[in-house]
Amino acid sequence: MPTAQPRAQATFTGGFNAEALSDFLQSRDEPGWLVQQRREALAKFEAASWPTLRDEEWRRTDIRALKLSAFAPPSHGEPGSAARAAVEPMRARLASHSGTGLVQIDGTIAQRPDTVGLPSGVVFLDFDTAARQHPELIRRYFQTQAVSTDADAFSALHGAFFTGGVVLYVPRGVKLETPLYHLIGLTTEGSVDFSHTLVVLEEGAEATLVQETTSVARQTPGLHVGAIELIQAPGSRLRFVNIQNWDSHTWHFSRERALVGKDAQLQWTVGGLGARLAKVNQEVALTAAGANAQVNGVMFTTGRQNLTYITRQDHQAPNTTSDLLYKGVLKDSSRIVWKGMIRVEKDAQKTDAYQKNNTLLLNDTARADSIPGLEIEANDVRCTHGATAGQVDEEMVFYLQARGVPRETAVRLIIEGFFANVYDRMSLESVQETLREAVETKLSI
Amino acid sequence: MSDKVLKINDLHVAINGKEILKGVNLTIRQGEVHALMGPNGSGKSTLSYALMGHPNYDVTQGTATVDGVNLVELEADERAKLGVFLAFQYPTSIPGVTLANFLRHAVTNVRNPNRKEGEDLLPMRDFRKELKASMDELGMDAEFARRYLNEGFSGGEKKRAEVLQMSMLRPAFAILDETDSGLDIDAVRVVSEGVNRVAAKAHTGVLVITHYQRILNYIQPQFVHILFGGRIVESGGTELVTKLEQEGYDWIRAKYPLEAQIEDELEANATGALPAAAR
Ligand SMILES: Nc1ncnc2c1ncn2[C@@H]1O[C@H](COP(=O)(O)OP(=O)(O)O)[C@@H](O)[C@H]1O
Ligand SMILES: [Mg+2]
Repeated sequence: MPTAQPRAQATFTGGFNAEALSDFLQSRDEPGWLVQQRREALAKFEAASWPTLRDEEWRRTDIRALKLSAFAPPSHGEPGSAARAAVEPMRARLASHSGTGLVQIDGTIAQRPDTVGLPSGVVFLDFDTAARQHPELIRRYFQTQAVSTDADAFSALHGAFFTGGVVLYVPRGVKLETPLYHLIGLTTEGSVDFSHTLVVLEEGAEATLVQETTSVARQTPGLHVGAIELIQAPGSRLRFVNIQNWDSHTWHFSRERALVGKDAQLQWTVGGLGARLAKVNQEVALTAAGANAQVNGVMFTTGRQNLTYITRQDHQAPNTTSDLLYKGVLKDSSRIVWKGMIRVEKDAQKTDAYQKNNTLLLNDTARADSIPGLEIEANDVRCTHGATAGQVDEEMVFYLQARGVPRETAVRLIIEGFFANVYDRMSLESVQETLREAVETKLSI
Repeated sequence: MSDKVLKINDLHVAINGKEILKGVNLTIRQGEVHALMGPNGSGKSTLSYALMGHPNYDVTQGTATVDGVNLVELEADERAKLGVFLAFQYPTSIPGVTLANFLRHAVTNVRNPNRKEGEDLLPMRDFRKELKASMDELGMDAEFARRYLNEGFSGGEKKRAEVLQMSMLRPAFAILDETDSGLDIDAVRVVSEGVNRVAAKAHTGVLVITHYQRILNYIQPQFVHILFGGRIVESGGTELVTKLEQEGYDWIRAKYPLEAQIEDELEANATGALPAAAR
C-alpha cells in the first residue's frame, strides 16, 4: 500500500523503535516465538501510516495532539502503597460482587488471582505467566484468529509492546458460576497501559469476566493501546464486561473482536466513561450456526471528551443473531461517535441482526454522531437499525419536581432511567453500581 | 400544626403568550373539599399546571400563596415541599425509573424539606413497608412498585398510581385533575376512597376537577366553582353540580355573554392543541 504522508512517517513512532524494543525485551524473559512476533509487529508499525482525519475511520476522531514521543514503552515498577490505595475502592467493589480477580497497577501485577478454588484445567492468569506456563494455548490463540497486528498503526504498536493483561481459559464443559475480575490501574504520571485480554471458552464452557480500567487524575497525558480477543467454542456462554474509566488526559485505543461459535452465546457490555479520546473497534463475528451475540454499550462523556466506537456484527453463518444496543449521555462539549456495521455473508441466511444507538444530550454544545450501516449479501435475513438523539425531556423533569424531587436529582434519575434498559439486559450488580457511581460523579463536576 | 391556606388571588396565566386564565380567585383551607367544573378548554388544567409550576405556564399577574408564601416564585419541587400536590390529568411516563425508586426520592424530599441533595433517603425497609400498605389500600399489586413509572400503564393504572403518590406524600393541598376520567365506576370508588383516606389523615384541602357528578358522590365537596372564559364565574354548593348535570352550560353562557365569547375562542383552540404535558 502506498504511504500517503512520507513526511509524517518519519516522526510519528516516537520512542517506539527497534532500540526501545530491545531494551524492553531485556527486562523481560520471553520465549523466542513471542519475541519474534513482537519484532514482526514492530516492523509493521514502522511501515504503517499514521491515521489522519482523511481516513474514513478517523474522520471524526482527531488525534493530531497525540505525540507518541511523549511516551515510552511500558516498564515494570513495583506499585507503592499509595498506588494500591488509589485503586483499592474499585478493587473492593469488584471483589464484593465477584470471585477472584487480577489487579494490575502501572503494568505490574498487584494481586494475583486465587486460583485454588477454580475447577481444574481453568487458566486465569496474568498474560506473562500464562505465556510461560501455557505457551501452546497462547501460540494457538494469541493474535491468530480474532485480532491481528495488521489492522493499523495502533494494532501493530500493541503487537510489538503489549504488556500485562489477562488470559482466561475455560476447558470443555466447565461452568464458572461466579464472575471473575480484572482491574487495571494507572497511578503515575505519563504511564502507559498496553494490556492484552484473551478469553477462550471451550465447548459448553461458561464464564463471566468483568474488566475495569481506572487511573488517578493526572496532569500529563496517559496512553492505552490495547486489544481484546474473545474466542468461543460451540455451545459456550460468555459474559464479558469492560469498563473504560481512565482519567481525562488518557488516550485510549483498542482493538476488540469476539468469535462466537456454533450455538455459543456472548453477552458483551462496554462502558465508556473516561479518557480524553477513545477509538475502539468492537467486533463480534458469528462464525457458525446458532451463534448469538448481545452487545451493550453505556457511555457517559463530559468536558471535551471524544469517544469513537466502530462496531461490527459479522454474520458468517446461517441462523445467527446479534443485537447491539449502545446508549450514550453527553455533557458539556463532549462528543460520541458510533459507526456501526452489520455485515451478512452470502451463506448467512436467516440472520437476525439489530443495532440501535440512543443518545441523550445534556448541553447543546455536546455532539453525537450515529452512523448505522448494513452490508447484506444474503437474501433471507432480518436486519434492523435505529438511532435517536434527544435532550432530557422537560415534561419528565417537571413531573418529578412536582413530587418534590429537586431538579438535579430528577435529571439524574432520568439519566439512570435512560440506561436502565441496557442494565436490564445484563444482571451484574457490580457493573450497574460502577456505572451509576460514575454517572453520579461526572454529573456533579 | 395549624391549618394552611392556599389562596389564589387574581391569577392570570398565559401559554405561549396567550392569556388563558384572566383573574382567578379561589381560597382553599386545609380539610375543605372544593369542586372545579367547566367546559373542555376552559383552563382547568391550566390552573393546575400553573399552581404546580410547569415552566410553560406563565403567571402574568396575581399570586397564589400557601400561608403567605407566593408559589409563583418557586420551583415545582419547592411547591411540593410546601404541601401542594397535583394528580395529573395525563401523567408522564418515565422510562427506566421504577415507581418505588422515584417515590422514595419524592417522599424523602417532601418529608424533609430542608434536606440537602445527596443526604440519605428514607430507610429502605420503612419505606417499603409503608408503600406496601398504601398499595394494599388501593388494591394495587406489589409488583406494580417495580414497574417503570407510568410506562405502559393503562389509564386506570395511571390514575391509581397518582393517588398512591398522594397517599405517600400526604399533601396539605391536592388538586385532582380529572382523576375520574376513563375510570369505571368501581375504580372511581376505589380511587375516591383512597383520596378520602389520605385527606382524613393529612387533613388535606382537595380541589376536584371533574365533568361528572359521580366522583363527587364519593368525594363530597362543600364548595363548587365554575371556570368559564378564564375566570371563576359561579361559586356555590352541590346544587351547582346538579344544575350543570341537568342543564349543561347554556345558562352560564346566557348569564356571562362576555366570558362566553372568550370561552368559544378557547374551546376552538382546545380541540386543536392539547396541553404540552398531555402528549
Ligand atoms: N401548550 C399549549 N399551547 C397552546 N395552547 C394551549 C396549550 N395548552 C393549553 N392550551 C390552551 O389553553 C386552553 C385551556 O386548556 P386546558 O387548561 O387544558 O383546559 P381544560 O383543562 O379546562 O380542558 C385551551 O384553549 C387550550 O387550547
Ligand atoms: Mg384538562
